[in-house]
Amino acid sequence: MKLDQQPSQVKAILLLSVAYLAAAYLINDKYYQLILTVVPIWAMMGIAWNIFSGYSGLVSFGHAAFFGIGAYTVALAMIQWQLSPWLGIPLGTLAGVVAAVLVGYPTFRLRGVYFSLAMLAYPLTLLYVFEWLGYQEVAIPMKRENGPWYMQFQEQYSYIVVGILFLAISIYVASRIHSSRFGLSLTAIKQNEAAAEGAGIDSALWKLKAIMVSGAVAAAAGGYYAVVLIVVTPPSVFGMLASAQAMIMALFGGVATLWGPVLGALVLIPLSEILHAELGNEIHGIHGVVFGVAIIAMILYAPEGIFPRIRDAIVGRKGGADAGDSRRIIHVPPVDEAVTRPAVSQDIALKVSHLSRSFGGLKAVSDVSFDVYRGEVLGIIGPNGAGKTTLFNLLNGFISANEGSVQFQGKELVGLKPNQVCREGVGRTFQVVRPFPRLSVMQNVVVGAFVSQPDNDELAVSQAREALERVGMLEHANVVAGSLNSLELRLMELARVLAGKPKLLLMDETLAGLGAEEVETMLAVIRRLANEGQTIVIIEHTMQAMVRIADRFVVLDHGSVLAVGKPMEVTKDPLVIEAYLGKKWMDHAKH
Amino acid sequence: MSSLVIIENILQAVVAGLLIGSVYGLMCVGLGLIFGLMRVINFAQGEFLMLGMYVTFYFCTALGLNTALGPILGSMISGLVVFVLGLAMHKMLLAKSTGIRVVGTEGEGHYPQLILTLGISLVLANGALILFGNISKTVRTPFSATAWELALGSDVMLFFNKARTLALVVSVLVAIAVYLFVHRTRLGKSLRAAADNASAATYMGIDVEKAHRISFGLGAGVTAVAGGLIASYYPFQPYIGLDFVVIMYAGVVLGGLGSMIGAFWGGLMIGLIQQLSTLFLPLQLQNAMIFVVFLLIILFRPQGLFGKNVERV
Repeated sequence: MKLDQQPSQVKAILLLSVAYLAAAYLINDKYYQLILTVVPIWAMMGIAWNIFSGYSGLVSFGHAAFFGIGAYTVALAMIQWQLSPWLGIPLGTLAGVVAAVLVGYPTFRLRGVYFSLAMLAYPLTLLYVFEWLGYQEVAIPMKRENGPWYMQFQEQYSYIVVGILFLAISIYVASRIHSSRFGLSLTAIKQNEAAAEGAGIDSALWKLKAIMVSGAVAAAAGGYYAVVLIVVTPPSVFGMLASAQAMIMALFGGVATLWGPVLGALVLIPLSEILHAELGNEIHGIHGVVFGVAIIAMILYAPEGIFPRIRDAIVGRKGGADAGDSRRIIHVPPVDEAVTRPAVSQDIALKVSHLSRSFGGLKAVSDVSFDVYRGEVLGIIGPNGAGKTTLFNLLNGFISANEGSVQFQGKELVGLKPNQVCREGVGRTFQVVRPFPRLSVMQNVVVGAFVSQPDNDELAVSQAREALERVGMLEHANVVAGSLNSLELRLMELARVLAGKPKLLLMDETLAGLGAEEVETMLAVIRRLANEGQTIVIIEHTMQAMVRIADRFVVLDHGSVLAVGKPMEVTKDPLVIEAYLGKKWMDHAKH
Repeated sequence: MSSLVIIENILQAVVAGLLIGSVYGLMCVGLGLIFGLMRVINFAQGEFLMLGMYVTFYFCTALGLNTALGPILGSMISGLVVFVLGLAMHKMLLAKSTGIRVVGTEGEGHYPQLILTLGISLVLANGALILFGNISKTVRTPFSATAWELALGSDVMLFFNKARTLALVVSVLVAIAVYLFVHRTRLGKSLRAAADNASAATYMGIDVEKAHRISFGLGAGVTAVAGGLIASYYPFQPYIGLDFVVIMYAGVVLGGLGSMIGAFWGGLMIGLIQQLSTLFLPLQLQNAMIFVVFLLIILFRPQGLFGKNVERV
């Protein structure tokens, strides 16, 4: 498998562009030609919105900000400096990128609905600022001579050609994102941001890249809008309808699909324009009603959009024979008994010193210190609420420590973000499995491999295959993760971590919720990893299973270390028994 | 003398801020109800306000009630009309992507709700444009342009616009009534139970969908009352909802989403900020100011708002 699963889209883009231009050539009506000029602009806006919001899942209500900046850059550059739109649109695109950074950087602190609401405020602020600056109505001056140099043509058809040129470039950019690790990383972030971070995806960086590309495309669309419509006003380019239209094209056509926004514009723009014309130009607001009804109908009846519907109807539902099979057999490669496990080294891989974290008055982890030796399997045990998961979250950066340090191969981990910790070579699994549910098993695992293969997709894929093989899941690589059972999910999550070639593996209650047989499968996998020399720290609260695989135990209770030592010693420690069973059972336990 | 003028200007701005802010407070209570009682981000709240304005307008002009107290009766009627509209809208549209259906789904269904209510907002605003036209309207009453005067000493004179003062009184009364309803009555308590934990409430025999429908209608109606009150002194057109929806979100976010009292205070604060900004900002930038304040609030104080911001790992 290559990352790039889809065949090249260049042919499709060229073919459809030619078809559109041919169809437009046959239409002589001026009004319809104008509609055909506007379609590519809104298709671009839909693509822009989709590149950012569609893939990342952060819904933007403010793409008009970039659209308006592009439009005003082109119009004002033409007026002030006689700058041709051929140069003005690239300049506007650049302004869109700058705006995207300025908007994205502070706003990414917000999540979910906060983000959407904040995005709403940017274009509306700009709307009033541009009115205040005196740009209520800016018209691009007519050039009698040298028209084409100023993007002013005699024939409306020429405008359609230029519009399609810009659109083709935009689709090409989107297709590159769609089928690369850019798109896959964004999709992973959308489906489970914590898991993506844990797997080494720098979510802040990818989001920023996405909004930059998105802002660029939206600004280019705005720039060309100014050229076509000639007059630019703040409400028309910064208004709510511009933002909403971007979103609606993508939603209607199909979120996170390449062709969805284009299809949305092809259907909705002519529909609303023709209705507008038929019902008489004096009735304003018909566009808004059409768009409103369109998204209400989409959300209620086809939330995934029309493009996926049409594609499924033509191609037939994908999923294959394996998708519905609930009795998958896991073939874990057997442990080679002839190869003995390498001795645990005396090198300290991870040194935790005086680590503390409290939530309000509760000391969840207090003054915890221990070492992990290279090649060791260390079990962190303790009753529920002992602070085990909090300890893991401190180790890999999901929670910041109040005090203490975590040294991994001489490097301080405290203060790093989860994706940075992962890049240092510390991988983790989660107590509650965090898959990317709508990606295939293979795609889930490839996301984990990116961290150790920052440039090479081929190697990332081969590492993912290898990791799947090690946990016995390679046969099920093409199954959608959402359809896996809990053992398979845990194995897949483990493979995702292994694909990044971690030097230290943190496993959080990997056996929780597994049946007796499944526990055996999981233990076999872990033992195999240990035999290969993998350093593992594993959290568990059931002693029986842990005694069989751990070299040493660290016992936590009420956030503090109660005991450290060999399993057999620790399990006889009266303090440990008390913590697990309570004082009353102490006497029973002695016998 | 000039320092007295400055003091007078500031005090007058504070008075104006309180008068406007209390109506903002009431509309924020409406929005806050919908979020607090059904966890829905309603984008169409501004359009409910706008509908409240038009219902009041047509009620007052049709019955010739351009009297001092006409808009108050009109705003009550508009509250009722929009309440019923809210019930219907919930039954036909929102129930399909809210409530018990979205418990445990991705983002608890917030995205479909945002997009759905955006669609509703577009249809209502543009539908109103088709129906009512884009010429701005107000309900003119004898109180619209007259004021009570309050002399502080011999040099400082404060003006209380009569229509706005009346709106303040009604806003505070309606807000108190809604608060008592939600917190003291049986029905109000069941609405809150449905909000706290939809699944648990279902097991306790509460019809969550019905509870949400009432909450939605109530929130819509309360905001429409605020709209009717504003209609007596503020010119409006079909797109006015968008200006106010941001004011509402700013207020509700400032007060802490989910808290009704907080929502009222938040709205009041926004009114004060807006009026005080008139002292030093040109007209167009006063509108921009609201958005900037909103951005600052949401960027720097988002946590107390929608509740949980930190995802558990």
